[in-house]
Amino acid sequence: MSSVGDSEAELVAALKRRDEMAFVTLLQRYQGQLMRLALVYCRTRELAEEVVQDTWLGVLQGIERFEGRASFKTWLFQILVNRARTRAVREGRTLSFSSLAGEAEMESEPAVPADRFRTLDDPWPHNWAVPPHSWGDSPETTLLTAETMDLVQRAIAQLPGPQQQVITLRDVEGWPSEDVCNVLEISETNQRVLLHRARSRVRAALEAHFEERN
Amino acid sequence: MATPDLGGLTCKEVVELVTDYVEGVLPAEMRKRFDQHLSVCDPCAIYLDQMRQTVATLGKLPEDSISQPALDTLLHHFRGWSRERP
Repeated sequence: MSSVGDSEAELVAALKRRDEMAFVTLLQRYQGQLMRLALVYCRTRELAEEVVQDTWLGVLQGIERFEGRASFKTWLFQILVNRARTRAVREGRTLSFSSLAGEAEMESEPAVPADRFRTLDDPWPHNWAVPPHSWGDSPETTLLTAETMDLVQRAIAQLPGPQQQVITLRDVEGWPSEDVCNVLEISETNQRVLLHRARSRVRAALEAHFEERN
Repeated sequence: MATPDLGGLTCKEVVELVTDYVEGVLPAEMRKRFDQHLSVCDPCAIYLDQMRQTVATLGKLPEDSISQPALDTLLHHFRGWSRERP
């Protein structure tokens, strides 16, 4: 077996030569991230695993024609998104409907409920009536508990699909916005609005959790 | 008591601008007003901090992975594919 460098271009070139080590390296590098995004689209782990498997089969089928105009990562995740969408349609999940619902609701939903602000006839209109409280000086110790992680995961799962997709790639995986827009085929502005709604809701879930404990 | 300068922004407006602020896409003039508001409004400063903590927490979620049998299946497919070399 040939020895392969770690750079993406080298790995892709080696995969084109059908080098097993290159395949295993790419698989290990990306299967966790792919699984996380697949779970956004699929109801069960079993289905998500099938979508990830389909994605890698798509890679093997298409790698000869992959010319590196986009990064391998972007291309890989585009395959995943396409396979996941196709499967959702085949299984009768009306994904397009739920995305539309997500968009419609996104227009009107405030980041913070209106009743937490003063009314317009107040001397300080639209300033805080029920202000947020600090989560403490060492939030990492409280935020990073298993309990909090679990809460955040449940908060994400309750978001509309498009918000889940954006927050998973941007904040959970830490991707730059440009890559997220390319993979999900949305505009920068749309991406930012979805991100704003998603982050606002997760923040609200954390706040509710901390208020309840104190 | 002198009226504090809130940058001409209400708190209700600030919480809707916070992502644009963190993402660095607020126009310079608006950014200045946002900074001004934050410098005199503790609750909004706390809110911004909570949004940043939320993002940091999201980045710490544990990795997911596919199962060993699924990985084995993929390797099996790869070997089939590499044998049918053109």
